[in-house]
Amino acid sequence: MEVVVEKRLLPSRSLSIAAPVLSTLAALLISAVPIYLGGVNPLYGYTQLLRGAVGTKLALTETFVIFAPLLLCGIAVALAFTCKFWNIGAEGQLYCGGLIGSLFAVYATSIPSVIAIPVMMILGFVGGAAWAAWPAILKVKLKVDEVVTTLLGNWVMTYAVAAILFGPWKNPVTGWPESPVISDTTNYPILIPGSRFHLGIIIAMLVAVVFYIIIRKTKWGFELLGIGGNPTATNAAGINVSRQIILAAVVSGGIAGLAGIGQVAGIEFHMTTDISPGFGYTGVVIAMVGALSPIGVVLASFLMAVIVQGTQAMHRATGVPWALAETIQGIILLCLLVGLFFTKYKVRLRMR
Amino acid sequence: MSILDITLITGVLAATLRLATPLIYGTIGETFSERAGVLNLGIEGMMLMGASTGFLVGYSSGNLWLGVIAAAMMGIVLGLIMAFLTVSIGAQQHVAGLGLTIACSGFSFYIYRVTIEKVGGVQPHVEPFATIPIPYLNQIPIIGEVLFDQHALAYLGLILVPVSAFILFRTRFGLALRAVGENPNAAATAGIDVFKMRYLCLCIAGALSAIGGAWLSLAQSGMFLPGLTQGRGWVCIALVVFANWSPLRVLAGALLFGGIDAVQLSLQSVGWQIPYQLFLMLPYVLTIAALIAVSRRARAPAALLSSYKRED
Amino acid sequence: MGSDEVIVEMIGIVKTFPGVTANDHVSFRLKRGEIHALLGENGAGKTTLMNVLYGMYRPDDGEIRVNGKRVLFDSPQDAIAMRIGMIHQHFMLVPAMNVIENVILGLRSNRFVIDEASADKRIMELGSTYGLKVEPHSFIWQLSVGEQQRVEILKAVYREAHILILDEPTAVLTPNETKDLFRILRRMKDEGKSIVYISHKLEEVMEISDTITVLRNGKAVANVLKKDTNKIDLAKMMVGREVIFTLSKPPTKFGEPVLQVSNISTLNDRKMPALRNVSFDVKGGEILGIAGVSGNGQRELADVLTGRRKVTEGKITVCGTNVTDATPRDMVDLNVGFIPEDRVGVGLVMNLPILNNAIIKKYRDFSKGPLLDYSAATDYAKRIVKEFGVKTPNIAYPTRTLSGGNLQKLILARELARDPTLLIASQPTRGLDVGATEEIRARLLDERGRGRGVLLISEDLDEILSLSDRIAVIFQGEIMGIVETENAKLEDIGLMMAGSKRMGEN
Repeated sequence: MEVVVEKRLLPSRSLSIAAPVLSTLAALLISAVPIYLGGVNPLYGYTQLLRGAVGTKLALTETFVIFAPLLLCGIAVALAFTCKFWNIGAEGQLYCGGLIGSLFAVYATSIPSVIAIPVMMILGFVGGAAWAAWPAILKVKLKVDEVVTTLLGNWVMTYAVAAILFGPWKNPVTGWPESPVISDTTNYPILIPGSRFHLGIIIAMLVAVVFYIIIRKTKWGFELLGIGGNPTATNAAGINVSRQIILAAVVSGGIAGLAGIGQVAGIEFHMTTDISPGFGYTGVVIAMVGALSPIGVVLASFLMAVIVQGTQAMHRATGVPWALAETIQGIILLCLLVGLFFTKYKVRLRMR
Repeated sequence: MSILDITLITGVLAATLRLATPLIYGTIGETFSERAGVLNLGIEGMMLMGASTGFLVGYSSGNLWLGVIAAAMMGIVLGLIMAFLTVSIGAQQHVAGLGLTIACSGFSFYIYRVTIEKVGGVQPHVEPFATIPIPYLNQIPIIGEVLFDQHALAYLGLILVPVSAFILFRTRFGLALRAVGENPNAAATAGIDVFKMRYLCLCIAGALSAIGGAWLSLAQSGMFLPGLTQGRGWVCIALVVFANWSPLRVLAGALLFGGIDAVQLSLQSVGWQIPYQLFLMLPYVLTIAALIAVSRRARAPAALLSSYKRED
Repeated sequence: MGSDEVIVEMIGIVKTFPGVTANDHVSFRLKRGEIHALLGENGAGKTTLMNVLYGMYRPDDGEIRVNGKRVLFDSPQDAIAMRIGMIHQHFMLVPAMNVIENVILGLRSNRFVIDEASADKRIMELGSTYGLKVEPHSFIWQLSVGEQQRVEILKAVYREAHILILDEPTAVLTPNETKDLFRILRRMKDEGKSIVYISHKLEEVMEISDTITVLRNGKAVANVLKKDTNKIDLAKMMVGREVIFTLSKPPTKFGEPVLQVSNISTLNDRKMPALRNVSFDVKGGEILGIAGVSGNGQRELADVLTGRRKVTEGKITVCGTNVTDATPRDMVDLNVGFIPEDRVGVGLVMNLPILNNAIIKKYRDFSKGPLLDYSAATDYAKRIVKEFGVKTPNIAYPTRTLSGGNLQKLILARELARDPTLLIASQPTRGLDVGATEEIRARLLDERGRGRGVLLISEDLDEILSLSDRIAVIFQGEIMGIVETENAKLEDIGLMMAGSKRMGEN
């Protein structure tokens, strides 16, 4: 008896759609084991998770609050990955965007919202874009691997932000590592009273629509797909691969920067050292689980938001450590890789 | 030069080797993996799991060496998982590695919380490994303290370097390994089992990275904290390129980073009015700079990142 | 002349891959001390059959007997243990390692540590026994193709192979190197070795072999002794019908030069000179063939003419426009067509839909601002795919679902539908079956007939001779001579290809 692996001529359509769903279920099943070993009934734990994420109207708004930065990071990473620019630096780009945006927001007290908010957003975009630009230029001009530079860049930016917030920009009133409060005129307005559902969430969804249009309908999207598939052939066909990679990286970083400034203007109202508990890294998971497709990324972001928000609730209700959220995300991704294999290959058992 | 300066310099040099130790293990492990053609981005996760497992076993058993062994075994398990994903299933190496790191990052802290935190308010810790001074040799001024009064793992790490170089370049096994990373089809035609070789190298990488992580919790700090590795796994990835995939050069790179780290620590104690985070940043900035400096002449194994499909 | 002892017997071998049956109940018998040719066109199943014998593939059905005993190979190690060696068409060498390392790679031994000295000695000995001289400490990337092939043969004899399989060994050799190879093969036959010689070249097969087995579409269709057959019969067996050996090339009037290359030089990827002071022109309505053995600068020439590589000196003009420092985009805008040697690597994005590849040079014409009008593009793509006979059920399918011949037809469709004034075709029929080859050659003649200029770079001398109006021979980056095909003598061209002669306008 032996295992025979055959490559399929065409990847199985049905499995491609089922794969993310099945992977999530598989991951939840696998994660039930550590939950159980931690002394908690997994079924009870997961019910608490679901209730805490979508069980009440308030819970749902909180899930959306987390959905916004996740979606933006997911889009940022998916855009970069489309042309095979491995941007693992969304976390650092997020922070840089938050930093640059809040540098303006704190002192914009006399500028009316209608101008202040767009300007702040643009600056947030610029901050993130700048932090993605240098790894991209290094890759294109000097062939320095972007995985390492963007990763190490995260650490550098994290320390830089801490240095600023523990140093010259420390809140003089509280003594905490946070900036002074941002101007009221730059706060994202709350759209559902009694909750924290803010403008940034709508902005994130608009960016998702833009992402869809870019990938499916524009020349630029066409070019990026070519570069991701085969940069040599795309270059030979007359497309300026270097320029497009840098552009994609910059836009990717900018979108992550929007996530950063969104956290500041929508939730924290200060620039702090923890506006993101790793959204940039989750963005990588989201991009892959969503198969780099706009719709997939939206769905995957919502799924991750449910998991993040839900595990917090599960933690409050059962004591299961919140580190489980990260674990589940990772396991979903790994299960998905296994699932992807089955969409490309048919496995049979053969008698020998 | 006053005695104070010599003490400072000696202290920094000794700290250099100490701080370089986890990097030596991680980078040598990664070198084996990449020389066989697999980029192992799971290294950061493997280090974290090594730190966590090592600490938990060391703490609960009271025997630190048991912790190190447990960490190594955990590393092998993680190496097997990584190998299954990248070699057997042919998943994209970047993604598999990152997924593994994200999962391990959460899981390492999860198991710590679940097993330990129930104990009480005091942060649980162990008495870290003591250094093992080598008699007579450690009396030599300066060099004695720097080289011959280190932890056992540091000595082992120093031995690991030339042993790895020998294995890689002077043995049939090493030849086969390098062939797998340069041209897996040629290796397969020559009768080498590419899958087995890559599995083996990932297990080596896993074990060594996990030991490096265990060093951080058992020898350096005596505790396990989230973020204990401070991204050192990623630094190892950069150092492999810096070392041009050669074990002897790995030692140089690890010492370089360790040295900058040591200098940065002592600068903090000097008491300048600069926020200490800028010092923390320094090693990473310089790693990036080093990477840029060597990128032009760095020659990666030709088949790195390619997945090898057995045409059966 | 060999004995009657059968040392290898393959009976009823079946091997399938997704979508294709490569070997369909094929039987093959090799006698001791003979040179047995395995003849067939590209895709007939010859390499697959020998890969099965060498243990690289497991047959789906059938059995293999070596020296009368039934064997089951799990890997090449097993075949090597039975003294079978294979020299592949694409060398299985590691460029970054030296000859010794490549030869001893994977060798079973009790020793953990490599004994370089004794390997060195043995390689030198074997080298002189068989006439396979190579410097053991040189790196593979430093060796010429002929020398690399010698290393491949050394690998087999180092392992005491009695049965040698050579897969299209002369594809990369000059006529002289081919003579050397045949000498080595005869030497080995004298030493008692048995050789399987895979080829699609009738001349060579008639020269070197004792016995010939012909494969066609995965089936063994004939087994004859050389003395009982000839080129024409073999061709018929290979293809299944009468083969016309010459194409009709109508005379045309030549127009203005569409391509002018003056004194260009350039470096290859290793920063060594790849083109030296090359000059030629291509007129409208003519096909200029660049003849030469692979590795003499053809790739760099194509790169330079399509904007993918910079020249270090010299000038290039297309229809009067200076394109010396042009980018690929400039060349596309100037309507220069390019059929690359490396279809999959340089010509196509395999994971994307056929549609994308069809419009990748023309998509800007379907744009409205930043947006791409996919429906207009789809109409265009459907039209050209049909016109050029690309067989696919749906242009939304990934390009990698196309067969080899259809991939090339897709590239042709994309390039020729743009009606280029200059077409650069590099190895356009390599690896294709006779049907596809004829189609593509017909299209090239078509372009010529319509007054377009065609630069044909090909290692297939027959192709050059039958299609070109003029022939330029390239050797180590230099043009050794440019001659009119009508008046050209084959020996002269062969000598130029080997670097021994210069002639003609230069």
